[in-house]
Amino acid sequence: MKEKRCSTTQKWETLCSRWCLVTSHKLYSSVYDPNEKTFEKLLIANRGEIACRVIKTCKKMGIKTVAIHSDVDANAVHVKMADEAVCVGPAPTSKSYLNMDAIMEVIRKMGAQAVHPGYGFLSENKEFARRLASEGVTFIGPDTHAIQAMGDKIESKLLAKNAKVNTIPGFDGVVKDADEAVRIAREIGYPVMIKASAGGGGKGMRIAWDDEETREGFRFSSQEAASSFGDDRLLIEKFIDNPRHIEIQVLADKHGNALWLNERECSIQRRNQKVVEEAPSTFLDPETRRAMGEQAVALAKAVKYSSAGTVEFLVDSSKNFYFLEMNTRLQVEHPVTECITGLDLVQEMIRVAKGYPLRHKQADIPINGWAVECRVYAEDPYKSFGLPSIGKLSQYQEPLHVPSVRVDSGIQQGSDISIYYDPMISKLITYGSNRAEALKRMEEALDNYVIRGVAHNISLLREVIVHPRFVQGDISTKFLPEVYPDGFKGHKLTDLERRQLLATAVSLYVVEQLRSQRFLGTPRIPIAKSKRSSWELSVHLGDGIYPVAVSKDGSSFSVEVDGMKLNVTSEWNLASPLLSVTIDGTQRTIQRISRNASGETSIQFLGTVYKLQILTKVAAELSKYMPEKAAEDTSSILRSPMPGTVVAVSVKPGDMVSEGQEICVIEAMKMQNSMIAAKTGKVSHLRSLKTICNLSNRIEFKKEKRRILVVKELSLIVVSLSK
Amino acid sequence: MHLYPVEKSLQLFPFSCGSAAPTVSLLFRVWLPLCLFLRRIITTQAISSFGGLQLLNGPSVADQGKLTARERILLLLDPDSFDEYDMFVEHRCTDFGMDSSKNKYPGDSVVTGRGRINGRLAYVFSQDFTVFGGSLSGVHAQKICKIMDQAAMVGAPVIGLNDSGGARIQEGVESLAGYADIFLRNVLCSGVIPQISLIMGPCAGGAVYSPALTDFTFMVKDTSYLFITGPDVVKSVTNEDVTQEQLGGAKTHTAVSGVAHRAFENDIDALLNLREFFNYLPLSNRDPAPVCECHDPSDRPVPELDTIVPSESTKAYDMLDIVHSIVDEREFFEIMPTYARNIVVGFARMNGRTVGIVGNQPKVASGCLDINSSVKGARFVRFCDAFNIPLITFVDVPGFLPGTAQEYGGIIRHGAKLLFAFAEATVPKITVITRKAYGGAYDVMSSKHLRGDVNYAWPTAEVAVMGAKGAVQIIFRGKEADAEEEYVDKFANPFPAAMRGFVDDIIQPSTTRARICHDLDVLASKSQSSPWKKHANIPL
Repeated sequence: MKEKRCSTTQKWETLCSRWCLVTSHKLYSSVYDPNEKTFEKLLIANRGEIACRVIKTCKKMGIKTVAIHSDVDANAVHVKMADEAVCVGPAPTSKSYLNMDAIMEVIRKMGAQAVHPGYGFLSENKEFARRLASEGVTFIGPDTHAIQAMGDKIESKLLAKNAKVNTIPGFDGVVKDADEAVRIAREIGYPVMIKASAGGGGKGMRIAWDDEETREGFRFSSQEAASSFGDDRLLIEKFIDNPRHIEIQVLADKHGNALWLNERECSIQRRNQKVVEEAPSTFLDPETRRAMGEQAVALAKAVKYSSAGTVEFLVDSSKNFYFLEMNTRLQVEHPVTECITGLDLVQEMIRVAKGYPLRHKQADIPINGWAVECRVYAEDPYKSFGLPSIGKLSQYQEPLHVPSVRVDSGIQQGSDISIYYDPMISKLITYGSNRAEALKRMEEALDNYVIRGVAHNISLLREVIVHPRFVQGDISTKFLPEVYPDGFKGHKLTDLERRQLLATAVSLYVVEQLRSQRFLGTPRIPIAKSKRSSWELSVHLGDGIYPVAVSKDGSSFSVEVDGMKLNVTSEWNLASPLLSVTIDGTQRTIQRISRNASGETSIQFLGTVYKLQILTKVAAELSKYMPEKAAEDTSSILRSPMPGTVVAVSVKPGDMVSEGQEICVIEAMKMQNSMIAAKTGKVSHLRSLKTICNLSNRIEFKKEKRRILVVKELSLIVVSLSK
Repeated sequence: MHLYPVEKSLQLFPFSCGSAAPTVSLLFRVWLPLCLFLRRIITTQAISSFGGLQLLNGPSVADQGKLTARERILLLLDPDSFDEYDMFVEHRCTDFGMDSSKNKYPGDSVVTGRGRINGRLAYVFSQDFTVFGGSLSGVHAQKICKIMDQAAMVGAPVIGLNDSGGARIQEGVESLAGYADIFLRNVLCSGVIPQISLIMGPCAGGAVYSPALTDFTFMVKDTSYLFITGPDVVKSVTNEDVTQEQLGGAKTHTAVSGVAHRAFENDIDALLNLREFFNYLPLSNRDPAPVCECHDPSDRPVPELDTIVPSESTKAYDMLDIVHSIVDEREFFEIMPTYARNIVVGFARMNGRTVGIVGNQPKVASGCLDINSSVKGARFVRFCDAFNIPLITFVDVPGFLPGTAQEYGGIIRHGAKLLFAFAEATVPKITVITRKAYGGAYDVMSSKHLRGDVNYAWPTAEVAVMGAKGAVQIIFRGKEADAEEEYVDKFANPFPAAMRGFVDDIIQPSTTRARICHDLDVLASKSQSSPWKKHANIPL
């Protein structure tokens, strides 16, 4: 009997292995660490990159994972990575990722013992932590008391003061109306900063330099406070000019131990949102670092903090530092700390939540090498350093072949970047034994990053990391507006770079031309083989037209441009999204984004996409006889810079509007944008106000037109031309 | 091409420049007459190459944003590959003072010849608007017929660059006869060699039927027009006020009438695109679909396809996303991109080999089949079949569009064209059902039943007579509430069709490219024939 059972098992095993052989599926085997007992099942109350990040560590620790998702995220990467996944509601975050009832239901149903909230969403929601506690589910983060104390800007500053942490001078106040806001602002002295008390990070933060701006700031901030947090309270405080944003990572357990894991420099920001972060900071000396670390730990201990947390400081040019706020969650930029300390912060958080004491002593915390993180966003950096863009990632390839690169992402080729969630594509982290090495690798990684189908901010990131001021470490939170006072315009080519770009582009063109004459097989009518080995071309780039002579020499090209000869070699694989080209010994990785039969091509070179038109000399000569097509007059059309929801409309049909007048406010990706009339005129009609530009509608339109659609839908349209 | 042959030719005959010193008698008896004769050849060629441009007061093409007939040929063909025919031909009209020497242009109002596009042979005619407005005389037609005859004999495509004011009125019926001669050849060459028309100026009256008979008609935006009668006649007959552009401009014909297959920005853009388009075509019906060198791996997985079809079956997606991601290097030459957009047709390459792509477009009118889309699809399928281009069909079709407009318009008759075309085609036919394949439209879209060679279904496929809601209403008259679910379970999936062998396999979408490339390799040697017939009787 026993033997028979054995043979059945054997048979089954053989069957399995043969099935594997035939279908080439690999059986998954998990390795559990038996030494330390941990949670059996953990739910991740988040999406995207951070959900994937948490799942990765859970897998290593042998914890089963449950993902939650909205219905548009059904095919998202975090859903596929998790062991189990449950839909918690429709796309809008308030109905899915913020829907506590639904999430609690899932926790009960799936039997999750713990919840990791990631960042954003419910990560700093004391109500959520309380509800979890009441059901006996562990919240991976600090306890409710710490969340509450640190979540309130005013209370947190009082606590910090009491814990002898340096705080920003002259702040206080809960604001009732605009007049009071002005009064408070005057008391503190301009400039002041206004934001929602309950809001985290830099979102919704506004700076006022005079009374009028204070009123405006009050209006927006209170609106945002009410809509995003359901809490009208505002914070007004002294605004420190030209500061650096440096934060200290702390890690505390439930046994009164707390560590500081060094700092992160997060000064490169746009609209108060971080773009480039690094650890350590070039600015801190060991004493300042220790002083900041010790104050951060003091604050953590003062609120009986447990788990990982971040104490943010503003540091002025004379290394005075002021407490800004404490984030009671895992930060977006935590990987740079992980790189230089070697700790897995998510694992530490889970251990701490399980009740284990910290494994490390302060003296064990090293600074090994240098790590830089770039936040890669789906946004157009040419519009106020980044306005969200949406679409499908038609091609997506992470630069993981570059050494010492870590990419934290929650998307893959084919994913949709939708209007509902943060437009972050990934966090690109590079590591090196020193800063120069980390930055060099970052440059390479950015060049090798393939993102197609949505606009992205690689060009801005690349410009920042090679900018002399950044390289020297001379940065502040105003870096971007100071360096690019007229807005970011992309990389400015030097003469040599322009020649390199032209040489690469024409070489590619010639390769393409030659390939189009190569047919396989033996045609009935023989093909006349071209013996041509030199070409005279004319390239249109920006405002200039450049005559270029190319001659082929084996697989390399000799290109004469501006009277200079350049030698271009490459493997010339026209299907690969990345192309490694050597121009006179300089290696460049370029990406050919598009080409068409008309000779138009766009090439990503040094991070920025350049549009070129390459024509033969004859065609270029003749093209001056072609008619100039008049550009469409768009001043009577109001285009939303991005898809979004209309939150307020300031005009009625029949109203006269003057140039520059606000017509409506559009909210997209948690940002409010005022739409203004481009010319004076009369509003002819308005249709369907407050319509969300939803997915199915949007798909109807091609990329460029998508912007018009928003307008069509809300139809602000302006303008009978008569005055 | 011999654009300005004068200088070149003079160099060939050094004696005319007086550099040699031969004997006097030889000079007078032999060389001088020869020299004079050569001079006549050279000057005639020179005059011909200038066309009507030699008249200073003639119409200036530059002002109209157009190129001359020869400049167009220069851009269309490979450098130095143009061999011109009939440069010395002159019109034969003697009435209305046409026989005066100032009304004679050697070569008349068309330039004809042969040349190479990316090394491959093509016959070309380019009408010269500078000579009598490019109007068609007897010899003009004769020149075109000559190259068409030779093209058909050799088996190489004919490309017409049309820019003509119409018939040469001075010649009367001779001009009409000329048109008919061209029409006849268009018809006889149809299905034998690809014929392409590029409308680069006016093309009115009877002249429009030559482009209409060719396989593809392309237009240049803003400078080309196609109509039976111009705005003036329209006004006098129907009292309609209409501009040339509205009546027969590129926009009208590519978006409304479906007469033209694509429009381009200007002459240069059009000619460069034509060169690219030419590479997709075989030279004749005797040749297989061309295979180009390809850098895109044939077994490249396409992971995004696994999630491209939305989970809700009412949600739209872009069929072009699927097409672009599957074909070589995302290059797709779409035919009629702005007409009947509920069906997508065009040329692409799979592992280097030209294929014709047909796909329902769920983004427009749910991808249903209606009169226009059926006709658009049918014509494209027949072209591919005639010229040995394998067909790849992507199906997501909820059915034929209902309604009086469609029924009165003859959707039955027109829908039958697409059915006919797919059934008749003997080229390799590969079909991928991405989502819906409902009703008769399922049969039509290159189904297994119409001699489909390889038919795949994605896991999201639903092969059924109709959507679940409608089906349940008919079966149960709306009495059974939960029957809809049963119907969905039973039919809204690929299993029923797969169990019957109506689809050959249910495949993971990301492997689609690899599967199709393998199939095409195997099917390259496909041979299939239909019963003997004079020709089929497609429901026109």
